[in-house]
Amino acid sequence: MTTTAFKEPVRQETPGAAAREPRRRPGRLRRVSLPYLLLLPALLLELLVHLVPMAIGMVMSFKELTQFYIRDWSTAPWSGLGNYKVSVDFDAPVGNALLHSFLVTVAFTLLSVGLCWLIGTAAAIFMQDTFRGRGLLRALFLVPYALPVYAAVITWVFMFQHDNGLVNHVLHDQLHLTGKPSFWLIGDNSFYALLTVSVWKGWPFAFLIVMAGLQNIPKELYEAAALDGAGMWQQIRRITLPSLRPVNQVLVLVLFLWTFNDFNTPYVLFGKSAPEAADLISVHIYQASFVTWNFGTGSAMSVLLLLFLLVVTGLYLLVTSRGRRASTDV
Amino acid sequence: MAPPRSFLWSRRIFLTLLTGFVLIPVYVMVSSSLKPLADVTGKFRWLPSGLTIRPYIDIWSTVPLATYFMNSLIVAGSATICSVVIAVFAAYAVSRYSFRGRRVFTVTVLSTQMFPGILFLLPLFLIYVNIGNATGIALFGSRGGLILTYLTFSLPFSIWMLIGYFDSVPRDLDEAALVDGCGPLGALLRIVVPAAIPGIVAVAVYAFMTAWGEVLFASVMTNDTTRTLAVGLQGYSTLNDVYWNQIMAASLVVSVPVVAGFLLLQRYLVAGLTAGAVK
Repeated sequence: MTTTAFKEPVRQETPGAAAREPRRRPGRLRRVSLPYLLLLPALLLELLVHLVPMAIGMVMSFKELTQFYIRDWSTAPWSGLGNYKVSVDFDAPVGNALLHSFLVTVAFTLLSVGLCWLIGTAAAIFMQDTFRGRGLLRALFLVPYALPVYAAVITWVFMFQHDNGLVNHVLHDQLHLTGKPSFWLIGDNSFYALLTVSVWKGWPFAFLIVMAGLQNIPKELYEAAALDGAGMWQQIRRITLPSLRPVNQVLVLVLFLWTFNDFNTPYVLFGKSAPEAADLISVHIYQASFVTWNFGTGSAMSVLLLLFLLVVTGLYLLVTSRGRRASTDV
Repeated sequence: MAPPRSFLWSRRIFLTLLTGFVLIPVYVMVSSSLKPLADVTGKFRWLPSGLTIRPYIDIWSTVPLATYFMNSLIVAGSATICSVVIAVFAAYAVSRYSFRGRRVFTVTVLSTQMFPGILFLLPLFLIYVNIGNATGIALFGSRGGLILTYLTFSLPFSIWMLIGYFDSVPRDLDEAALVDGCGPLGALLRIVVPAAIPGIVAVAVYAFMTAWGEVLFASVMTNDTTRTLAVGLQGYSTLNDVYWNQIMAASLVVSVPVVAGFLLLQRYLVAGLTAGAVK
C-alpha cells in the first residue's frame, strides 16, 4: 500500500521537473537554512514552555516570592541564597521536611523501578514463546499502562478505603491476616499503598520495552546454545539477560526519571498534601509553592532537584557507557 | 526443544498471579460501576447485590461530565495533532540533514524529558498570567494555554522516536524523489511520512495518552468552564457522600476511548518503541 502511495505522485512530478528546474535548485542560503526552518516551530515551543520557564525558575529561586508579589513577580525583593539556605537547613522545619521527602522519594523510586523492571522482564521472557492465550494476556497486561492515571489511581483509592475497600475486606475479613482493618491512605502504610499503585501502573512499560528488545536477539544464539546442551534456564541467564543490557540501560534510566518525578500518582492517591511516609518530592514542592504560597522556596527546591537529577543521570551515563566500552573490548 | 517442566510451572504460576494483580482493579472498576449506592458505601462485596445502570445515567448530571469530556477531547486532540506535525518536521531535519547545532538540539530536547513537571509549573503559571495581563490573551485558565503546555510535553519524546523511525526509512527513497524533482518538503510528505506511518501513529497515541491523563497542569491551569476530566472526576465526592459507583462508572467511560485506541494501535507503539528507543 505504501509503495503505490508514494510512487504515484513522483511519476506525476517527473514531466514538469525540467521546466521548473531553476526553482528546484535552491540557493546555498536556502539549503543551509532549511533544517533550521524545519526545526523552528519545535525550537520556539521548547523555548517558550521549557527553556524560558527554567530560566525564570532559576531567577525566582533567588527572590523572596510570596503571594503578595504574584501579580508582578519581577518586583519581588532579592533574597540571594536565602531560599537555598532555608531548603538545605536540615535542622529547621522546612529543610528537615525536604530532606525527609527526598529520602522517601529515593527509597520509593529504587523499590518501584526495581519491581517494575523485575516483573516486566520476567513477564516478557515468559511470554517470548507462543502459547495459547498469549495474545489476550499481552493485551490485558497493557491495560494498566493505557488507563488514564486518574481513573486507575482513583480505583485504587476506592480499594484502599478503610471501611468499604477491597484491600481491608480481603486482608481482614476474608484472610484474617490483620487484627483490625488498617488505614492505607494515611500513616505509615501509605508508602506501601503508593508503591503498589506505582508498580501496577509502571511495570507494563518495562514489559513493552523488554519485549521489543527480545525481538532483536538473533535466533541463532539460542540454537547454538541448545546444540551445546544449554537448558532453558541457562539460555535465559547466559543469552537473554546479557543481550538485554543495552535495552535495560535506557529502560532503567527512563523509569527512574519518570518515577522520581511522578506527581500524578501521589496527587490522585493522597490529594494536595501526602502523608509523611509517602511524601514524594514533586508533591512536596507543589505543596510548598501552591499551598503555603512560598514560590521562592519552591523554586529553590526545584532547582536543587534538577541539579540532583543532572548529577545522577550524568553519572549513570558515564558508568553505563564505560561498561559498554569494556564489554566491547573483551 | 520443549521447555522443561520447571519453566512451564513457573510460567503458569507467575502469569496467573500477575493477571490477578492486573485485573483486580479493573474488575473493581467494572463491578462497582454497576452496583447500587448502598453496596459501595457499605462493606466491600465481590458480587453486587443487584445490577443497575443508574450510575451510568447519573454521572452526566452529578457533574457536567459531558463538558469535561469535550474539554479533554479538544485539549488532547489539538495537542496531539500539533505535536505530531511539529515533531515530523523537526525529526526530518535531524534525520536527513547535518547542520550546526544538531547535537545540541537533540541533547536539549532529550534532556527536557528528565525535568520534573513541577519545575515548569510555577514559571509557566507566572508567564501565562503575565502574558494575560500584558496582552489580554487569556492563556491561564484557557484551553489554549493547556494545549500549548501539553504539546510540548509529548514533543521531546515524539521527536526522539520519529528520528529513529525516519532513520530506518532508506535514504535512497527520498533521494530518488529529490532527483525526480520533488522539493525537500515533497520528499518528506510523499516518501518519508507514508513510509513511517507506524511510527507516526505510535507518536500520536503516546501524545494523546499523555494529554488525556495529565493531572498537575490541568488542576492548576483550568477554571470552571475549561476543566478537563482529570480534575472533573474529583467532583463526585461531596462533603456528605462519595458516589463511588458513579466515580467508577465515570472512570470507565473516560478510559474506554484511550484503552480501546491503545489496544488497537499497540502494535504500532511497540514497533515505534523498537525503532526509536531500543536501538
